[in-house]
Amino acid sequence: MKTYHTEPLKCWNKAKELRDNYYRDYATAHDKGGLRWTGGAWSFDAIPAGLGDDVYAITGEPYAASIAFNKDFSLRCMEAAEAKGWARDLCSYMRNYWGSMYLDEFNFGGKYPKPDFAFQDHICCSHAKWYQHVAEYKQIPYFCIDVSVGPYKDLDEDRLMFVVNQMHESIEFLERVTERKYDDEKLIEAVKNETRSTSVWAEVCALNKAIPAPLDEKTMYSLYVLGTLQKHAKVVADFYEELRDEVADRVARGIAAVSNERRRLMSDTQPPWGFLKIFRYLEGFGAVSVGSLYTFALIGVWEDKPDGTWGPRATPMQKGVSIDTRDQALRILADWNLSKPEWQHFYDADLKSKMMLRIVKEWRLNGVMLHMNRGCEGLSCGIAENRLAIAESDVPVMAFEGNMGDEREFDEAKTRDRIDAFMETLGLEYLGN
Amino acid sequence: MLTVGMDLGAKHIKVVLMQDGFVIARVKRLSGFEQEISASEAFQEAISAAGVKHNEIDRICATGVGRKIAPFASDRVTEVWAAARGAIAHFPSARTVIDIGAEEGRAILINEEGRVKDFAVNEKCAAGAGTFTEAMARALEVSLPELGPLSLKSGRAVPMNAQCAVFAESEVVSLLHARTPKADIARAVHDAIASRIVSMARRISITPDVALIGGMAFNVGFLSSLKQTLEMDVLIPEFADFVPAEGAAWIAIEQFERAKAGKYENEVVRV
Repeated sequence: MKTYHTEPLKCWNKAKELRDNYYRDYATAHDKGGLRWTGGAWSFDAIPAGLGDDVYAITGEPYAASIAFNKDFSLRCMEAAEAKGWARDLCSYMRNYWGSMYLDEFNFGGKYPKPDFAFQDHICCSHAKWYQHVAEYKQIPYFCIDVSVGPYKDLDEDRLMFVVNQMHESIEFLERVTERKYDDEKLIEAVKNETRSTSVWAEVCALNKAIPAPLDEKTMYSLYVLGTLQKHAKVVADFYEELRDEVADRVARGIAAVSNERRRLMSDTQPPWGFLKIFRYLEGFGAVSVGSLYTFALIGVWEDKPDGTWGPRATPMQKGVSIDTRDQALRILADWNLSKPEWQHFYDADLKSKMMLRIVKEWRLNGVMLHMNRGCEGLSCGIAENRLAIAESDVPVMAFEGNMGDEREFDEAKTRDRIDAFMETLGLEYLGN
Repeated sequence: MLTVGMDLGAKHIKVVLMQDGFVIARVKRLSGFEQEISASEAFQEAISAAGVKHNEIDRICATGVGRKIAPFASDRVTEVWAAARGAIAHFPSARTVIDIGAEEGRAILINEEGRVKDFAVNEKCAAGAGTFTEAMARALEVSLPELGPLSLKSGRAVPMNAQCAVFAESEVVSLLHARTPKADIARAVHDAIASRIVSMARRISITPDVALIGGMAFNVGFLSSLKQTLEMDVLIPEFADFVPAEGAAWIAIEQFERAKAGKYENEVVRV
């Protein structure tokens, strides 16, 4: 059997350090006279950046995923949310986050650091309601931008301005509630950083088209997360460029993520964070998950390239576009985010099926594993249709039930059974890890 | 060539001894708490019944939820593959296999080459499995063999909406209190299972011919509900509950021949 050379990522520890710094900076922001805000990983975080360099965010989804990984604390958070009367079938990220808030405990030690304001966008209903409740519970101001303008292919000036006008309004809100003067230069810089970081992340993912794959998805989770924390930050954009260079070097030298790569898979939606070991189990068969629409495009921004392939969207800087005004920066920010592939299927499941099949083809995959994620209505809606479309294209596909943030809804033994059967259909035997 | 297929199911262990593709012994016994011991005893019983010595057996393949602890087995395959292989041996024209055992209900789509193309399994819910009918029979105070014929006496369809076995039992009790005839309740139970199974099977595109295997194939009431819901007939082998064990025995033959031909490396066997 063919085996590939593998080696650890050199920048791995730096990624860990950036993440640690992020949570520490948020928790200690007030010690240095700074501000704290909360919102989703998909919020337009470049906008609050205009309030100053001492403004730190905590984005709810990655924070809740961190809680999910900490199973004991997660269970206490879930129970705290349920004790408040919330139903078990609500977004499990939201319940983890709320539980942390109710318990007044921070997953990284100490008390839950109360944010000064909440800043969010409304791509799914949970996203909007999540921070509305935080704002009410903690009595902090809240601004939410509605992005319900339909898929990017249908974007026109009116739809774009629907979002841009709210962005302008949000800056007035931020100035009012923080009593700070807004700095357009910092906004422009943040928008440049965001377009750079999200485009480079797509470039990193595109490098995974190589055989053997230089990265496996479990590793990618620890890298893409930086974009979900602060995609507008220079430090993240710089890190992704460093990562891209290292991954390109791995491709050039044929370095594999999994030495016995025999079959290439993709997953879908958030994984069950408390059970990432299922990805290592796959590797026991010589199967490697090289990513997913979720990992590639939750943060990555993509476009069609002249040769027909999917590649990183060219940034305004790469196109020679100068960003000089607030309005210009906000228009670019809105347009950029509305083109995010992971947003498109909120409007139409068929768009997602097409993107998934495109990934299957371009990344030369042998199968698809769909996580019927009962913890996220937004990303799970339409998965049954996606499954059908994939199966009808003669691509092997399996589905397993689970929950990204509530381990009580994940059956590890059953999931392994599903994987066993799926691996059989792909002609693989278990070789052991 | 002598091969053995062992199916270590949630409730029963089934062992099939095959000589050149013909079944020469079958044994079925309760799994119990010590599944490994039960399997070993069932194996011994099968070879004794056939007058065969252990060392005369060429290959043993295990399947079922307990396959990883199956004694003597050199090959272990999932229920999906074993069920498909066993069903195809009976009905080469089968393209969809519905397998309903005690713990799980599953639907398997088979391609023209007889290989598994797709599959779906009921998730975390007993309402699509054989155990469900046992619970409902208890609630109705009838024996399991009586439940099927009883439901055929029903004169009307009664909707049963509960989505899980626990709530369904409550619903059965409510129907009893409402003086709904037992036959109608029995039919409602079977209609509900058939509805869940067919709904699951539709995920893989039901393609005729459809074969039904597993213990539920013996339940005439369920069979009637299933055919009605599917709107087509189904094929049922004589020993429907032994089909995955037979499939495992067939796979053992194939693995033996593959090993003999030196093609064993990298093939699926030890899951």
